Amino acid sequence: MRLLTHNMLSSNIKGVTNGYPLRLEAEKWSVKEVDLNRDFLTNIFPRIEWKPLVESARSLGLSSLPDDADPSMLNSDDFLKGFHHALLEIHVEEGALICPETGRRFPINKGIPNMLLHEDEV
Amino acid sequence: MVDCYSWSGGRLTGIPFEEETESKRIWGDSKHVNILEELLRYMYDQKRHLDYRRPEVEALAELFGAFGDTNDIKIRTLEWRLPEHHHIDSPFHFVYLPSEDIAKNIANRSILVKGIYELWGEGSNYEELKEAINNFPDERKSPYLASDSTFRIIVDSFGKVTSFHEQNERIRGLDYIAFKSVYCNLIKVATSIQGRVDLRNPEHRFCLLETDDYNSNNGLPPVVQRRVFFGREVGGANRKLLPTYQLKSRTYLGPTAMDAEMAFLMANQGMANPGKLVYDPFVGTGSILVAAAHFGAMTMGADIDIRVVRDGRGPDCNVWSNFKQYGLPMPISLLRADNNLPPWRPGLKEVFDAIICDPPYGVRAGGRKSGGRKILKGVVDPYTVPEDKRTDHIPSTAPYSLMECVHDLLDLAARMLVMNGRLVFFYPVLREDGCTDATFPEHPCFTLVASCEQILSFRYSRYLLTMVKTSAYSDEIAEVAKQMHLEFKLNHLKWLEDGNLHSAVFSPSESQACLEGKLRLESSKPKYRGKYV
Repeated sequence: MRLLTHNMLSSNIKGVTNGYPLRLEAEKWSVKEVDLNRDFLTNIFPRIEWKPLVESARSLGLSSLPDDADPSMLNSDDFLKGFHHALLEIHVEEGALICPETGRRFPINKGIPNMLLHEDEV
Repeated sequence: MVDCYSWSGGRLTGIPFEEETESKRIWGDSKHVNILEELLRYMYDQKRHLDYRRPEVEALAELFGAFGDTNDIKIRTLEWRLPEHHHIDSPFHFVYLPSEDIAKNIANRSILVKGIYELWGEGSNYEELKEAINNFPDERKSPYLASDSTFRIIVDSFGKVTSFHEQNERIRGLDYIAFKSVYCNLIKVATSIQGRVDLRNPEHRFCLLETDDYNSNNGLPPVVQRRVFFGREVGGANRKLLPTYQLKSRTYLGPTAMDAEMAFLMANQGMANPGKLVYDPFVGTGSILVAAAHFGAMTMGADIDIRVVRDGRGPDCNVWSNFKQYGLPMPISLLRADNNLPPWRPGLKEVFDAIICDPPYGVRAGGRKSGGRKILKGVVDPYTVPEDKRTDHIPSTAPYSLMECVHDLLDLAARMLVMNGRLVFFYPVLREDGCTDATFPEHPCFTLVASCEQILSFRYSRYLLTMVKTSAYSDEIAEVAKQMHLEFKLNHLKWLEDGNLHSAVFSPSESQACLEGKLRLESSKPKYRGKYV
């Protein structure tokens, strides 16, 4: 699971009003190089919640992202590289996503987050 | 000819067919001063996918910028013309395209187009062809006839076999073409490779196409009449694509993996391209996303079945390995999620450029959604799983009716697609009396741009629907969708019965009317096999 996915997911348990952002608890992760696509990054940038991205990246020891970001920064190659790296090149293999409201763990196993709800959560 | 068959007539393309007026056919006509008329030759072994041909070309035309920056969906269609006395299923079509580059790009990427040619002349016999070619302006011909260029002429025919000797004769017959020096070269084409003729890697390719009369019962569809075309090839199909991606060489396959040809067609309908993000909510073994990734799109997929999406059949036989096998970039994300209860964060919208999928509508494999069968029936209350068993607990699922599945898909797409983003999916329909009178799902955010039928059996077929998001997702639409979601949940059983396609397809049809219809159809059954079987 890449941080882009983490940025898009929330806990949709019945009754939960504040299921975002999910706390990332990574046990095992790796870095895999991906070709940088400027168009893609520019298109996706406005859809990203910046703070959760920074926090999840920092929880994995990545400190290159600034606290705040605005679209004008996309013109900087350094920023773009850092954004690309955090968003697409880090793969969480094992771990969990934790609902901020209920503490429910959505496990990440072999890189696949399991977002399916239990019977009493639907 | 068109009227002979009730099953024809263009009703399936979803795009109005504009009859060509005489003035538009003239070169340099003020309205079309920059427009090339091109002859489109389709792969004619693809009779199964006749409906798919025009929509595919139009989707690619849009992708490659044929319609400029316009956002008006009504004018994002091409002008088509059929060869004289040809049926709409003819393997030859004329189309106006704004530039040669666009034509080339379309031809190279299309799955169903065999080639696009700049038409130099056509006629019902070789005399008429000669006259037409001689009338074709010299300034349009001469750039391709320069003495220092190389060329090749291909002779091809539809519905008959042309022997090598006949091909040579045909090429010799073209000696009237303005370039005198070419005459000897044309002979050389036929005899040996010398001088400026280059069979392997010519700068310019020409094609002489001949169609036979269909009086003889040769088993082919009665869609063409004798016609001869001569043109310059602008672009040809990539023939290596489908053999490379054919399913039989794919490592990881499921029972409903989309065949490569259809997956690529779907990716074209979805206009997958570099920089775009394509999502498949029923990803399965990833066959649709493989096609989208081939065209450079970023991909994301979800499935409710953890075994399919996570485990596959081992470390080298899973969805990831299917991408690795072809050297394609891995999906950005694969996750296990329920399309009925998607886990996207509130407020997240307009992220995907296309959603391309084959929803599980229950004929070969049924859809599932969260919540046990008995829970939704109200027989038992939802049980609470003890804390120590939660990690490995496999939540129960219930059948997912077609109606609900399509509703969820449209709602998801309306919210998650960017404006002008495309939703491409299969929609099943039951056929009565051997033909279909389908009504398709509608949504206030979407405009249907193409519906292409693929007949699967006597009683059942599926349509590939292509919808474009033309209105933004509003709070009102979200509220209506939420109410509908609750209604589905409350009346789970009712919807399940209404939308039970499986039993409709497989239970015997008993009504007399249906039997009579069957008899009628048999007597009027066309003589050739293909789409109309």
